[in-house]
Amino acid sequence: MINPIQSVNDFVIKFANVDGTGSASAKNLFAKAVFNMGVPVSPRNIFPSNIQGLPTWYEVRVNQKGYLGRRGGGVDIVVAMNPQSLADDVAAVLPGGYFLYDSTNPLAKHLQRDDIQIIGIPFTELCRQQFNNTKQRMLFKNVAYIGALAALLDIDFEVFTGLLSKQFNGKEHLVTANTTALELGYVYAKKTFPCPLGIRMEKSDVVGDKILIDGNTASGLGCVYGGATVCGWYPITPSTSVVEAYTRFSERMRVEPATGKKRFGIVQMEDELAAIGVVIGASWNGARAFTATSGPGISLMSEFLGLAYFAEIPLVLINVQRGGPSTGMPTRTQQSDLLACAYASHGDTKHVLTFPANPKECFDFSADAFDLAERLQTPIIIMSDLELGMNDWLSEPLKWDDAKNYDRGKVLNAEQLDNIKEGEKFSRYLDVDNDGICYRTYPGTHSEKGAFFTRGTSRDRHALYTEDGDKYVDNMERLIKKHRTAATLIPSPIINTDNAQHKMGVVYYGTTENVIPESLDKLQKQGFNFNSMRLRGYPFSDEVADFIDSHETLFVIEQNRDAQMRILLINELDCDPRKMIRILHYDGMAIPVQAVVGGILNHLGTEQGSKTGEAS
Amino acid sequence: MTCIPKSKFHHPQLPVNELGLTYRDYEGSMSTLCAGCGHDSVGAAVVQACFELSLPAHRIAKLSGIGCSSKAPTYFLGKSHGFNSVHGRMPSVTTGANLANKDLIYLGMSGDGDSASIGLGQFAHVVRRKLNMSYIVANNGAYGLTKGQASATADRGSIMKGGKEVTDEGIDLVSLALSMGATYVARSFSGDKEQLVPLIKGALSHQGFAFIDVMSPCVTFNNHQGSTKSYDYLRDHMESLISADFIPHKSEITVQSEPGVTQDIFMHDGSIMRLKATDESYDLSRRSNALSAIQEHTEKGEVLTGLLYLEPGASHLHENLNTVDKPLNELSYKELCPGSDVLEELNKSFR
Repeated sequence: MINPIQSVNDFVIKFANVDGTGSASAKNLFAKAVFNMGVPVSPRNIFPSNIQGLPTWYEVRVNQKGYLGRRGGGVDIVVAMNPQSLADDVAAVLPGGYFLYDSTNPLAKHLQRDDIQIIGIPFTELCRQQFNNTKQRMLFKNVAYIGALAALLDIDFEVFTGLLSKQFNGKEHLVTANTTALELGYVYAKKTFPCPLGIRMEKSDVVGDKILIDGNTASGLGCVYGGATVCGWYPITPSTSVVEAYTRFSERMRVEPATGKKRFGIVQMEDELAAIGVVIGASWNGARAFTATSGPGISLMSEFLGLAYFAEIPLVLINVQRGGPSTGMPTRTQQSDLLACAYASHGDTKHVLTFPANPKECFDFSADAFDLAERLQTPIIIMSDLELGMNDWLSEPLKWDDAKNYDRGKVLNAEQLDNIKEGEKFSRYLDVDNDGICYRTYPGTHSEKGAFFTRGTSRDRHALYTEDGDKYVDNMERLIKKHRTAATLIPSPIINTDNAQHKMGVVYYGTTENVIPESLDKLQKQGFNFNSMRLRGYPFSDEVADFIDSHETLFVIEQNRDAQMRILLINELDCDPRKMIRILHYDGMAIPVQAVVGGILNHLGTEQGSKTGEAS
Repeated sequence: MTCIPKSKFHHPQLPVNELGLTYRDYEGSMSTLCAGCGHDSVGAAVVQACFELSLPAHRIAKLSGIGCSSKAPTYFLGKSHGFNSVHGRMPSVTTGANLANKDLIYLGMSGDGDSASIGLGQFAHVVRRKLNMSYIVANNGAYGLTKGQASATADRGSIMKGGKEVTDEGIDLVSLALSMGATYVARSFSGDKEQLVPLIKGALSHQGFAFIDVMSPCVTFNNHQGSTKSYDYLRDHMESLISADFIPHKSEITVQSEPGVTQDIFMHDGSIMRLKATDESYDLSRRSNALSAIQEHTEKGEVLTGLLYLEPGASHLHENLNTVDKPLNELSYKELCPGSDVLEELNKSFR
């Protein structure tokens, strides 16, 4: 009755655990082992908003072709270590799949299925016999099932031992204990079951020189390379690890050798209002500063974002998006802060956004954001999400060009102020270069010249308070001119036309990138061909407008309910709403391939019936 | 309404300070506050203090929130950079500014609505973080720009202009600053320049968080019978426990301190706060003394003024963060960017 799934280097495995039991590092070891076999891997943490005791899952996709997105549907292998979620975990296995569980307590009759292979290994009992303290027994159970998988999936044991010695560099007793636990599962599986299973691994070389890194770590590192010296922040999932990474790398790379003193200042503030207040104060005073937050923090920061926009203060804000509205789903992913960020704050405000899709872009966009913010003298909001920020991704290695220097934008120093001709004066809001960007000065620069008053109230070109309507409009028009300048400076869209004139296009951004190659391959097999455009920033450039103009139908794929990017495109580019088709997925889990393929096919199948611009 | 620049014309014989500057060089543009507003006296005291200390105005950054008091910085120190930020959020902006450049003097100007109502959270936290700044609240117990509502410092039982009695407890920012760890705490009255100027000079010289609560009557909305923040009420109920004089670091000490009557406290930069206490048992280095003295006077219906607590040499935020001596905003690309070799090594650790 079992028709076992047969595949090499192509499967989805899901680990079910109880949070707070130390399974994270063991599961990470598994993903790293696949990576070290040279095979593309994409692990995902699926965790509750909780500290200890609730179910948590880790879903790993292994795919030789490099498809990193969620496949959707069931999984091929489940490692079930959580008695609470056994019923769900058994049900998650695809017919012909494999169910590995801790058989210290045998699986209840009613949970058994005859269309999958059930593999019971008494991990708890094995660890009870091997280790003598409770903590070790709990922790090493996790390592033992990784050992069993090494046998069952035919992963080189040496890959694991290599990883362990790298991880516990020099701590021999830890290497030994972990190796013992690995062997415990490995040996038991080898002698009890025919190994490998129908699903197995083979060494490959498609990974090349890629690295395995999470987006938040890359963002934090990008801020170090981008020259950020001040960070005000407030903890919030899923952005916290951005600042933790920035802190860790700064402590390592930014300490003055002679004195042990720090070339950075990080302050955990009392809330997000204060966090962005710090960033604004520091940027006003000539330091590169940033903060990281998520949805609720964006709401709190909105008033300050309006001030920074109007008073023209550079700042970098990393928004790692999660499920909203309100507290929403703090540990689930979404792309639902688009409109809240693009137009954050009261009055006429428009902000500059960038959309990284992978860790390399998290690093690059974060580092570059400081140049961009200082050139444009305005907030730059980097729109990451939980999917990208908190999971490990296969990424191009990070690169830095040592010939680069920071672009501090239009700032006058004392000498330049002295060179101002007799009869002329420094005017903070005078558009000298006709690009909407004016010259500024840092406090303390010159004893006589260059001082001005920064304010959120209206002012004239000389920074003097005014309620004169013409002067107010003059300033607002210059700000929109500056916003248009921004469109030429932000990362350009990635457009793929395959040199073909397809009539249909897909438009997407951020982590949706992960499912696009696979989705388009599948659609092509069904006879549908598309050009594609990955948006990487807002305001939209002419390239974006041209792409939309040159296609009859555009599927705008995004991870929110209200089709926020579609709204933004229609609103900003005045494009025909009827040709902009919504493809949406927003249940808190990353968008799966089937949502894209199914959504598009569904629309194409019903296209004759209605032209409403809707797709379910 | 627009900004009115002040005439730079002045008497040729005006006294000059060590920098060769006159009092007028420290002024700002023409005030647009009500005639007789206490805040203008506070501004004048700031000008006087900076002039007497011979501070280069461009090395001072003046920051504020929103409100009448927060407008005041436009009217003093015209050669300083100013930042009129968001209502109640001046403390965080100043924190960031200070982090960026530890070498400037930071003067925060706020009001009772800005600091005790909407900004109470940021006020409390900037104190406990021990930011190196001078924080002045021009306290009149009322909202001016929105026409006379009671603020959180309005005393319980006092009568607002419309005749309405204040029923909520008033917040005492001085007590709060004391319990949150401020290292220089004073209260004064905008009408008492002799007391206020040395207090501001001391605050500007203090390394750490210096707080001055200045009773600054609102002539338009809170200067009537029944108010506890009016000129008349304050003149009648002010009680100065300690008078302080500020003696700058470099000046010759002409008057010797009188043992038992005066006490000299050396500030971080070598200047001296010379104190004269009416009650000899009052110990300025104990927070509990200050708190109970405030409480006792409040119970008697008096407003205690003067320097109430001083802790010179306490560590402040930059010291706690152990930042480098050079201001962070002056660090070069070379000092900040770890470079490609380090990144290549990091790449290896992610494999």
